[in-house]
Order: sequence, then C-alpha cells, then structure tokens
Amino acid sequence: MKKVLFVLVIFAMLLASCAPAAAPKQEAPKEEAKPAEVKPTEAPKAAEPKQEAPKEEAKPAEVKPTEAPKAAESVTIRALFMKQAGYQESDIQAMSDEFMKMNPNIKVELDFVTYEALHDKIVTSAAAKAGTYDIVLMDCIWPAEFAAAGFILDVSDKISADMKKDIWPGALESVTYKGKLYGMPWLNDIVYFYYNEDLLKKAGYDKPPKTYTEMTEMAYAAKKKGVVEYPFVETFHQDEGMTISFSYFLLARGGKMFDAEDKPAFNSPEGLETLNWIVKGMKDGLFNPSSTESGYEEVRNTFSQGSSLFSENWAYQLNMANDPKESKIAGNAKIAPLPGEKLPSATINGGMGLAITADSKNPDAAWQYMLYISSKEVQKKYAQNALPIWMSLFDDPDLVKMQPELIPVSKEAYKYLQNRPLIPFYSEATKVISREFQTAVLGKKTPEQALKDAETEILKIREQYKPGGK
Amino acid sequence: MADVIPQNPVTPSGRRSFFHHLIDSERSLAWMLILPALIIVFGLIIMPILSAFWMSLHTIDLKRPGIGTPFIGLGNYADILSDAYFWASVGRTFYFMIVSIAIELVAGVSIALLLNTDFRGRNILRTLILIPWALPITIDAIMWKWIFNANYGALNSLFLQLGIISKYQAWLSDSLGAMHAVILADVWKVTPLVILLSLAALQTIPADLYEAAMIDGASIWKSFWFITFPLLLPTLMIVLLVRTMDAFKVFDIIYIMTSGGPADGTKVIAYFTYLDAFSYLRLGHGAALAYLMTFFIIIMIIIYIKVLKSREVEY
Repeated sequence: MKKVLFVLVIFAMLLASCAPAAAPKQEAPKEEAKPAEVKPTEAPKAAEPKQEAPKEEAKPAEVKPTEAPKAAESVTIRALFMKQAGYQESDIQAMSDEFMKMNPNIKVELDFVTYEALHDKIVTSAAAKAGTYDIVLMDCIWPAEFAAAGFILDVSDKISADMKKDIWPGALESVTYKGKLYGMPWLNDIVYFYYNEDLLKKAGYDKPPKTYTEMTEMAYAAKKKGVVEYPFVETFHQDEGMTISFSYFLLARGGKMFDAEDKPAFNSPEGLETLNWIVKGMKDGLFNPSSTESGYEEVRNTFSQGSSLFSENWAYQLNMANDPKESKIAGNAKIAPLPGEKLPSATINGGMGLAITADSKNPDAAWQYMLYISSKEVQKKYAQNALPIWMSLFDDPDLVKMQPELIPVSKEAYKYLQNRPLIPFYSEATKVISREFQTAVLGKKTPEQALKDAETEILKIREQYKPGGK
Repeated sequence: MADVIPQNPVTPSGRRSFFHHLIDSERSLAWMLILPALIIVFGLIIMPILSAFWMSLHTIDLKRPGIGTPFIGLGNYADILSDAYFWASVGRTFYFMIVSIAIELVAGVSIALLLNTDFRGRNILRTLILIPWALPITIDAIMWKWIFNANYGALNSLFLQLGIISKYQAWLSDSLGAMHAVILADVWKVTPLVILLSLAALQTIPADLYEAAMIDGASIWKSFWFITFPLLLPTLMIVLLVRTMDAFKVFDIIYIMTSGGPADGTKVIAYFTYLDAFSYLRLGHGAALAYLMTFFIIIMIIIYIKVLKSREVEY
C-alpha cells in the first residue's frame, strides 16, 4: 500500500512538473469607460508634430486639450521586445521614457527576451488570453501564423495611405498577411555582407566579392596564405539563422524556398548545389566550425575578434564591430551588399513589426505608443543600430551623416530584397529545415537525403494546416 | 442516561453533537486535519493531471482555432510512438541520464570519502564544494556556454596552454560533442548534491565497524566494499532516484546551451515536449508526450524501489 502511494505521489509530482498547463481562460474585465471609441485615430499624430516637423497639417492644438481631462485615468501598456540585433535595449527604454514624458497618462512597461525566446513567449501568452502584453514585437515570418491563430489585431485601417507610400515595401510586407496589415513596421533590417578590410588586403584583394564563387576563391586564398584559419563565420545554429543563411545562398543561385502554394521548393538542383557548397565549405574549413553553434551574436563576436575574414549579419554589426569598446577590429569592419551568383545579389528581409495583441485591454494607447516609436523623428534619432522604415529619411542629410557607410550600401541592397515565405506553419517548417541541413553539414546525411527528408516532413506539416487537416 | 457529564464526552451516547462526534473519532479528526492540504493537492496536482490526460486524448491545437478540439482517443499516443524522432530523443535522454548519473555518483562518492577524512581546511573545502549547487541552473548553463565557446572560450584557452590541443576546438559544433558538453555542465552542477548526501551518510557509519575490520586485518579496499558501500547504498539509491527523475526531465541546460542542436544532437525528450506544447501549441500532443515521459520515469522508479528493497543490509 505504502509503495503504491509513494509511486502515486511521485507520479503526481512528475506530471505536475512536465505537463503543459491548461490555458487559463481568463475573461478580460470589461472596461466601462472605453476611451477607445472616443479618441480619434489621428490623436497620436498630434504628439508627433509637437516635437518638430509641423508639416503634418494642423490639428495638434485642438486634439490635445480634449484629451486632457481623460488623461486622469491612466493606463499601463506592456510591450514585449527582444534584445539582440537592431535597436538596443537602452534605445527602446529611452524611446519609451520620452513617450511617457509626453503622455503622462500612459505608462509603458517593457519586457525583453532573446530572439530565440520571443516567438514562444508570444504564443504562450497569447494562448493564455490573459492580456499579458498589449504590444509584441513580431518577426516578419510570424504574421501568417499569429493572424491565422487570431493572436493579433488587424490594423489595416489605421495606417494611412500617406504613411504606406513612404514605408519601404519590404518593411510593409513584413507585417502583411493575405493583404491585411497586422502591425506597424518598426525594425527595418536586412542581411548584409561584412568583410575585414585589413585581412582582405593581406589575402591580396582590395574589393569584396561580388559572387559566392569569388568569395569562395578569396576564402581559399586567405586560408592558404595563413591570413585566417577559418575565413568565414556563418549563422548555422539549429534555429531560424540556419534557414536564413541557406535562403540567401539559395536565392542568389536562382532557387526558391517555397512556391506560391506554400510547398517547399528547395529540393531542386539549386538547392542541392547550395547545400553541397555549404557542406564542402564546412569540410574544407572555409566556414568556422563554430558556425553550427553560432547565432548572430556569436557571429558578431567572432568577427569582432578578428578571427574571420567574412561574415554576414544584420545592420547592427557595422557599428558594433567598429566600436573599439566592443571589437578588436574597429575601423576594419566594412559592409557591402550580399554576394550574388545567378542574381546580382540576394538578401533576406529581417524586418520586424509591432503588433497589438488580440486580448490587449488598451489597444488605442498601444497604437499611440507604436506610432510614436516608429515615427520619423524617433527613428531618425535612433538610427545608430537600425535604419528607419521611412524611405524619405534615406535622403535626409542628417541620417546620411550618421550612417555614411550603411545608407549607400542599403540603397543598393534593398533592390535585391526578398521576403521569407509568409506561411502559417513557417516556425515549424524552419525547425525541420535547420535540423535536416545541420545533419547534412555534420556529415550524418547526404545533402540529397537531407533535402528530401526536409521536403517530405514539411509537406506533412502543410497537410495538417490545411482546412480540415488532422 | 440523561445526566451527561461534560468532562466525559466519550461515553457512547446518541446525543453527542456532530462536532463531538468528529473529535471523538480519531479517523475523522485525521481527515479534518488533512482536508485543507487535500484540497490544495487535489486542485493543484490531481486536477491538472487529470485534465492533462483528458487533453492528451484530444487534438488541441491553439494555432488552428478553426479545427476545434475533437476527441481522437489514443491518436496522439499512436502518433508519437510511431515517430522515429521521438525514439531518437528518448535514446538521447537515456544517454544523457546514464552517463551523467554514473559520473556524478562515482565522482560524488569519491570526493565525499575524501572530505570524510580528517585534514586541515576540511571545513572550508566542504563549504566551497557546494558553490556549484548553489548557483541557479541558468547561470550554470550560460557560464558553460561561454567556457565552451569555440572562439573565445576559457576551455580552449586552458587546453591550448596545457598543450592538450593544438588549436581552438568548436566543442558544441557536433552532436556528440555538444551532448558531452551538456553532460559536463550538469555533472559540475549536481555532483555537490551527491557529495553532500554521501557525506551525511558516511558520518553515520560508526567508527567501531572500521576498527573491528582493521583488527580482523581487512584492507582499506575491503572495508570500503564490505562496510562503507553497503551502508551508503540506501542513500545512493535515493540520490539515484532523484537524479533519474531530474536527468530524464533535463531541459534548462539544453535550452540555453544548445537549443537542442546541432542536428538535434541534444534534443532530449523534455525539449521535444516543450517544442510541441509551447512553440507549436499542440497541447494535446504535448500532454501525451508528458504522459509518456512520466510513464518512462515510473517504470524506472519501480525498478529502483525493487532493487533497493532487496539490497538492504543491517549491521
């Protein structure tokens, strides 16, 4: 008897610790005085012009005072951000402080998680329907998934035609699903090519490679001359990074990741060529062996240590790799558009948008905050680590002065921007892709087999997501 | 009959109040005292267990709200058990568990024996050795991730200076290497627990047993094998039990150090379950996985208890 009881208790403890908790069905308390309907959507704009540029028509004066009495009831909005590429934690904190100073009735609380944890944090809190966050930072691969699941609000009618006209199409696309906008574009980022100028000269070249073939040649030459042990550090960790790296290699060779019907299209001659190239590069020591454990921060650190000739990363690496406090190669980290092969170049859109969660209790305050931190003034001020979403700012002399190297390269690189597929099962598909390709890279499967296995499994997942799938 | 003496409510009488009745019977009193705890246990443990089981019999996919939550019987279980990736992760979990526990036990007992002898600075050492155990596991994992770093890790630097390796190695870059790195991080963290418990057990072994053995001419090895080890065994079995449960559920170290990679090399069953339940939000599937995990652990525990019962010794 005692034994049985003991086992039962242990059983209980175990289950309690490993069973996924049931989603608490918490009903959002109904708010009596909804400031939502009363406040015109233009209200937030009123805040912007106050700062400086008064080109956005009149209006500011009248709206403010009518809002003032309502300001008595203050609201708190919670926002979930990531700490990694793009705007740094301190930037976002400063933006929020400025916003709160201008809007004393709105309190903004910030949460930061790593990119790797961001997706799961969003989906678990959204599924709990407890209204944990009002705003979440959403990567451009998630709108399909979140919108299909009903986690985020459609904000198509809040973004005016004028705004749309001035936002980079790629950035706008990063919050779009089935023609609707599910967020405000905020982080405008693409992958760039980085090279260590000093090492490149030592290897005997004075210009960065234009194609992957050229790049491979240069890498072999640098290795042969003993300039670096491993010429190239890449993001091949078992996560989205592996998928992205493979994607731009593939796109440059004229391949595609997915077709128009959301079917995987990477199991193609181009796909095989790409994967073979990666596998060979790893075997020959072209790529740093640590690539398979590296995310973007690890790549940046390795590159900043001076132990890599080339690397590919988001825009933020430029400033950080040239910052003597962060880097041993300050002054030598140079940026260029990604190489091409069949295409002149191909890069991946890493734009991220801010979305309002479906269970937010203060969607209007949230929207006001989102508009503020994505406004031209704010984006210009904090352009050190991320470029603005506004096309007109790219000709702004102040901004060009702030980012003299990045802006010209960006203008060129944006021409070759490609989006990752907007499919609802992307986060599952990318797990399969990164796992299978890593298996090939580590030599445990032939590239042919890995491509085929990834394709088969993703087709299976796709079946499940069809209406009426099991 | 009518004169009830207040001081003696125990007399068998039909007119006692309900309250007295409760107090009278020891059994009811016991129930009453247990009741609050029982309610809590029921609400916080039994209910979730049952509801998780119920969930495991349904398709619950929060990312596809359109499909509802149809009852599918044991469909989730069948799905999992026919999945080669699941069995691969079970294999990896057992590998992690067996290797890490074996090292922890051997190292733990050896160090405990050492600390049980009399020498200067013993107390300081006993305290110092507990530090890894006092660290939060997240910090432990992040620290080891840095130590193992391929380009600026301390381990590389140390080994290079000692001449063990000729150039920096990417320890976490292949599946087996990553697994062993994770095991090492776990061993470093948990061995102090084994030391602590073994040391406590060692100190309860009476010294006269060893004296008697010495008089009989037993060697040190023999007195360890015939006195220390059997008396240590019950404690070791407890350690084994606790560690088996822990190691089978290992998650945090792996989440931080490798995210299950490379090439799924460290994707243990808890990580597998986590992805299913919390990343893909397939809660039904995830609940079934959690039940299977529990099932594995219970089997192991039953075996341990059987062994423990059959091996008990007394002196």
